Amino acid sequence: MAMTMVEKILARAAGRTAVKPGEIVNVAVDTTVLIDLNFYHGYWHEFKKIADSERVVVIFDHIVPPKDLQSAEALKRGRNFIKRFGIDRVHDVGPRMGISHQLIADEAYALPGSVLACIDSHTCSAGAFNCLARGMGNPEMVFITAKGTTWFWVAETIQYRLEGTLSPEVSAKDIFLRIANEYGDHANYNVEFVGSAIAQLSLNARRTLATMCSEISVEFVVFEADSKVVEHVRARTARPFEPQFADAGARYANIRTIDLAAIEPMVAWPDSVVRNSRPVGEARGVSIDQAFIGSCANGTLDDLAVAAQILKDRKVASTVTLIVTPGSQAIYAEAVKRGYVETLVAAGAVVTSSTCGACAGLHMGVLAAGERCITASTRNFRGRMGSPEAEIFMGSPATVAASAIRGEIADPRQFIGGRG
Amino acid sequence: MLVTGRVWKFGDNINTDLMQPVEAILKPVDEQPRYAFSANRPGWSDLVRQGDIIVGGRNFGTGSGRPAARVLLQLGIAAIVADSIPGLFFRNCVNYGMPALQCAGFHASVDEGDVIEINLGQSRVTNTRTGQAFDGTKIPEQLFRLMSSGGVFRLLEREGFLEPEAAG
Repeated sequence: MAMTMVEKILARAAGRTAVKPGEIVNVAVDTTVLIDLNFYHGYWHEFKKIADSERVVVIFDHIVPPKDLQSAEALKRGRNFIKRFGIDRVHDVGPRMGISHQLIADEAYALPGSVLACIDSHTCSAGAFNCLARGMGNPEMVFITAKGTTWFWVAETIQYRLEGTLSPEVSAKDIFLRIANEYGDHANYNVEFVGSAIAQLSLNARRTLATMCSEISVEFVVFEADSKVVEHVRARTARPFEPQFADAGARYANIRTIDLAAIEPMVAWPDSVVRNSRPVGEARGVSIDQAFIGSCANGTLDDLAVAAQILKDRKVASTVTLIVTPGSQAIYAEAVKRGYVETLVAAGAVVTSSTCGACAGLHMGVLAAGERCITASTRNFRGRMGSPEAEIFMGSPATVAASAIRGEIADPRQFIGGRG
Repeated sequence: MLVTGRVWKFGDNINTDLMQPVEAILKPVDEQPRYAFSANRPGWSDLVRQGDIIVGGRNFGTGSGRPAARVLLQLGIAAIVADSIPGLFFRNCVNYGMPALQCAGFHASVDEGDVIEINLGQSRVTNTRTGQAFDGTKIPEQLFRLMSSGGVFRLLEREGFLEPEAAG
């Protein structure tokens, strides 16, 4: 039977020749990623035994360095777990620190054709590497850590064919906002991205797109493992992997073609990205108090580069706080080396150490009531970044950087590329 | 498994951050429920009673992996019926033992305060005011068993993987 990419990865993981929508499949989980949240009071359960320490990765990312006693105790619990069960792949506070989904990508923990689980909803990020990855919630992460297996309810798949050439000032974030605006939520559907335009998208850009698919509630999102993906992974791990491609004749719930050349910078209005975005011009003039570039979706070196390009020899408006949070300390170090950090700081940005931080409203950039933010991060739910009376608009890192300069939502094409 | 209860009606795209706001997620477990829906329905957590049922629209529970289903269980919510429930929230419902049924079109047929009856095993929901019955998406047997037997923590304690404690 012809299968989609998702179905083929599930079939392999389940040890079956075929799976089809509607079935429950029980699979072995190849990679189990625990983060600091798993070790918090109210989440943590003391294990007597775990399935396989070789399959576990521990990454502290949501609140690092610890902001209070509770966070500190969680990290300590995590370190005890790491020691007790002999976990080798660890990212504690320090030079290897970073946001889990960034590190899963950069350290090649996401193996093409494999299954990866993590508590965090943006785990679908690893779909950029042909890895079937998703957020699971805490009880399930306890289950998977203990037993090494889980179940999936096989969903139907929607295929997006990306064609055409993206304008230089338009990014993966804009592609996503356009899809979310046009097609709404994708609850109970998988998404596969294919098409001739994928090759021109960097791995960072693909990951932005995959990460954001959490916001339209996809079941899984996957890209094909092209040579870029395979070379990236082979250069970083000796673990074996087997990319999966869709079969000819695989059945899709829908096939939609997106012309990237027709996409312009987009802005999502507060509270949701589902059918809630418009071209940036329609948001022009909306004043802002904070601008944020960071998170597992937009803390990449590409994102810092575009922010630095726009902010070079310019100033952040005196009425705006611009916070930039690199996706990992390794990215931070590279951004220092390339001069991006110097440019950003000179422009007035606050560049923080790597953490989920402001994106999750936990620390380093929390919004007060009545404040308005434009963010290049993952999520703009009401109350997400602090007060439920704050407003969160969303755009690409270029749009956020341009807006930080103007003090109001602004079109990045004023500063780069296109119309001058 | 039969659940009968009074309906609280919520709309489309109700997200986990509304159920469990950021200010609540790191509070002690017992203090978290009172923040539920404080942004969109202030005072709701004081009005909800043991055995009540939430009826949502499309995409109910979109968002994060935070234990929002547990918070609703703590408030006494006996079941959730929604036009659609995304995978992450649905998995949390299964794993915490919160009965959750997807039933497209049911939302529009219900008023707040109606009493509805859910036959979870048959994936059927009936509005006792109108007598109208809907068939939801059949819940696979394996998930039904987990959902209706208290979720994974009890299972893992029984099987000797976890130190026994209150589910969290």
